[in-house]
Amino acid sequence: MNVLQTLIDGVALGTVYALVAIGLALIFGVMRLINFAHGELITAAGYTLVVARDLPVAVAILLAIAVAVALAWLMERVAFRRLRNVAPATTLVATFAVAFALEAVWLIAFGVRGESADVLSSLNQTAISGEITVRWVTITMLGVGGLLLAGTVLLLNRTGIGLQMRAAASDFRAARLLGVKADSVISIAFLISGVLAAAVAILLTAQQPLVTPTFGLEVTILALVGIVVGGMDRLPSATLGGFAIGFVTSVLGVVLPSNERVFLPSAVFLFVIIVLLLRPAGLFAPRRAGAVERV
Amino acid sequence: MSLSERLGQFLAPALLIVAIGLLGTTVSAGTRTEFTGVLVNVTIVIALYVFIGNSGVISFGQISFVALGAFAAGVMTISAAVKPTVLPELFPFLADHSISSFESLLLAAGLGALFALIVGAPLMRLSGLAAGIATFAVLEITHNVLRFWEKIGPGAKSLALIPETTGLFEAVLGALFAAAVAFLYQHSRPGRLLRASREDPEAARAIGVNIHLQRLLAFMVSGGLAGLAGGLLVHQIGSITTEQVYLELTFLTLAMLVVGGVGSLWGAVVGGALVSFLDVYLAKAEQGMSVGPASVNLPGGTSLLILGVLMAAILILRPSGITRGREVTLRISRLRWWSRGDRRASAEGAFGGDGPMSGSGASSPERRSRN
Repeated sequence: MNVLQTLIDGVALGTVYALVAIGLALIFGVMRLINFAHGELITAAGYTLVVARDLPVAVAILLAIAVAVALAWLMERVAFRRLRNVAPATTLVATFAVAFALEAVWLIAFGVRGESADVLSSLNQTAISGEITVRWVTITMLGVGGLLLAGTVLLLNRTGIGLQMRAAASDFRAARLLGVKADSVISIAFLISGVLAAAVAILLTAQQPLVTPTFGLEVTILALVGIVVGGMDRLPSATLGGFAIGFVTSVLGVVLPSNERVFLPSAVFLFVIIVLLLRPAGLFAPRRAGAVERV
Repeated sequence: MSLSERLGQFLAPALLIVAIGLLGTTVSAGTRTEFTGVLVNVTIVIALYVFIGNSGVISFGQISFVALGAFAAGVMTISAAVKPTVLPELFPFLADHSISSFESLLLAAGLGALFALIVGAPLMRLSGLAAGIATFAVLEITHNVLRFWEKIGPGAKSLALIPETTGLFEAVLGALFAAAVAFLYQHSRPGRLLRASREDPEAARAIGVNIHLQRLLAFMVSGGLAGLAGGLLVHQIGSITTEQVYLELTFLTLAMLVVGGVGSLWGAVVGGALVSFLDVYLAKAEQGMSVGPASVNLPGGTSLLILGVLMAAILILRPSGITRGREVTLRISRLRWWSRGDRRASAEGAFGGDGPMSGSGASSPERRSRN
């Protein structure tokens, strides 16, 4: 077992989880909604790749992005827009319901055992061999992930709509009073989260092509843990949290012996509870009063 | 509110439970099992209601207590003679003892309440989203440990050979017991204090309510009832895996509570019964069911799809549920000859909508945030 090898694989998986985390955190920022159904966008893109696996690669990828974006837009328009003024816990239950409904759709359409989406399996070949082995998919993860993260940061910091989104994230009511159009900001946040979800699906299927009905849900739950631990109130801390959870899971998966690895989820979720109790604003957030209500 | 009115409020959910039981005696043995299952679900939903409904705090973790109760009752009632063969890794003190089904229900309820106390003591300080995430973490940990720790249970395998002692009668008794506990709790002083804190935490604290303590108490009562329901469940189906008491059951029972109405016991029982029956028949239709001359054959997953859409639709269109989170009072006084002069009772009719908690700010946690 090579240390550098473990680190590179960890960073690659961390980047993918950071993409999931930033998608979740964007939505949380503008509408205080923890979107359990974000994973279904990833699954939708994954199944699009399954259906389009015989088409040219570029077409398949574009289709996957289109489907995820369309579904994200539809979710917001049909369900979440109407829940804007209710308690966050209620919307959490609603996103849970949407996630289950969509999961049932995948179950009905594609069955429980999963389908292969080997659109990009050529990326599984070795790029660098020798002391350490790096597959093309690892390089792609790092490259695409890095580009998308940079793109999102640029969009938020250098464009008008980005400014509006940041304003909405820090104080939604004040932003509306100053003329920020709530509907368009929220729609755009959902569209971006759709693009990010599609990217995650493409990267994950390149590494391991099997798409099951819970394909995206598992990733999302772990990324959710990441943003809670990192600090979901701010985009950078949430993204860093997502990266950390991906990195740690990947490294521990290699380091721990297999009979202890099975209890890894327990350790991770115990850590979540401890962070929620002791540093409710998140590990990577600046020290100040947390966003979490307490009694 | 007079004593008879209070009892009248308990009567509606109790009669519904008994009615399901009576209806269950008229059908074939196979269908009777489904009625029993419906009543076990109702018991779980009542357990959820005791905490979520009264406190207004969301919890995804109550199914952990169902799981603990189910596995405790299951492991302890398998005959000691076969235990070493089916569960070779078990701790000796678990392997050497076996108890009766009734004792195992007490054990399940006790363990549920104890686990809820341990988990709740730190967690009940959290509200809103943080509470949702933290209780979800509890569910994940419980599932993970039960699935892989073979010293306390079957691990990833199915736990079978459990005595099937939950019949229709036992399920009716269990659901009635849970409803009675929920009813007594919500009319007790702690129950009212907790409801006050749900409506307005600051005002409640100002009059001296210890919100953390009250939430913890409700969490324990809920955990105990959930453990009991787990025991009933395992003795009904005779075998269980960790996947049966995990995300899908969490989703189903939450859907039942939300559809019925989070804010009232009546809502919990109505939602539990309605959605369970819907689920049973949709599941049947997935296997292929004949409706008159035609035969329905829905693809697997349809029931989850319909329930998911139904739950989302209720949350969007009618967030306080089909009962609007109100209790129904069957006015006992109307049934007596001497109360004919009771103008108020007759003006409101036999089904008065107003429970003690159905005033303007009443019911569900959603309502509060709209102000």
